[in-house]
Amino acid sequence: MMMIVAITACAVCLVMALVRTALGPTAFDRVLAVNAIGTLVILGIALHGFIMGRPEFVDIALLYAILNFIGTFAVLKIFSTGSLGDHSTGAK
Amino acid sequence: MMDMLVLVLSGLSIAIGVVALLIGSLGLIKLPDVYCRIHAVGMIDTAGASFIILGMIIHQGFSLVSFKLALICVLWFFTSPIATHAVAQVAHKMGVKPVGRHLVKSAPAKKSKGKS
Repeated sequence: MMMIVAITACAVCLVMALVRTALGPTAFDRVLAVNAIGTLVILGIALHGFIMGRPEFVDIALLYAILNFIGTFAVLKIFSTGSLGDHSTGAK
Repeated sequence: MMDMLVLVLSGLSIAIGVVALLIGSLGLIKLPDVYCRIHAVGMIDTAGASFIILGMIIHQGFSLVSFKLALICVLWFFTSPIATHAVAQVAHKMGVKPVGRHLVKSAPAKKSKGKS
């Protein structure tokens, strides 16, 4: 019962983060909102597994957690240095 | 008796997490600046997600699934502050000005305040 309330709250928060992604003034607002959307999707996957009685979905949630972190850093690195580090021009 | 206790504890933890999630998401919409919104996203990532995962761990008991949930929780506990700090650092480096009391008279602060 409580899990259904939690997944509904996840959906509501995801819509709010989508609104911020649509009208964020700078690109960093959008990066931040996409990071929050990733967190909420991970929570939704885990809660969906618990509601449906198959908690093995936690593996997929763990994979998404790592992908969310690496994706945020890749986008920030493109913003900051202009490339993904082909010629080792970082740390300036 | 024990089942009732587990149910109440996990429900209470998930309720705290849901409240933190809603507050953080409302702050993501209402706050006026990138640096303020980082605070709200940090609240979603640490308080909301950690309490909901703690509730799922209590609901599940001691097994492999609860160990994986604890692994997700530890991963978030270390990677979420790093990600938000990197966003703040890159935004500061690219010249995004924070909205403050001494910057209210300048034009970009008013513009971003009117938009949000």
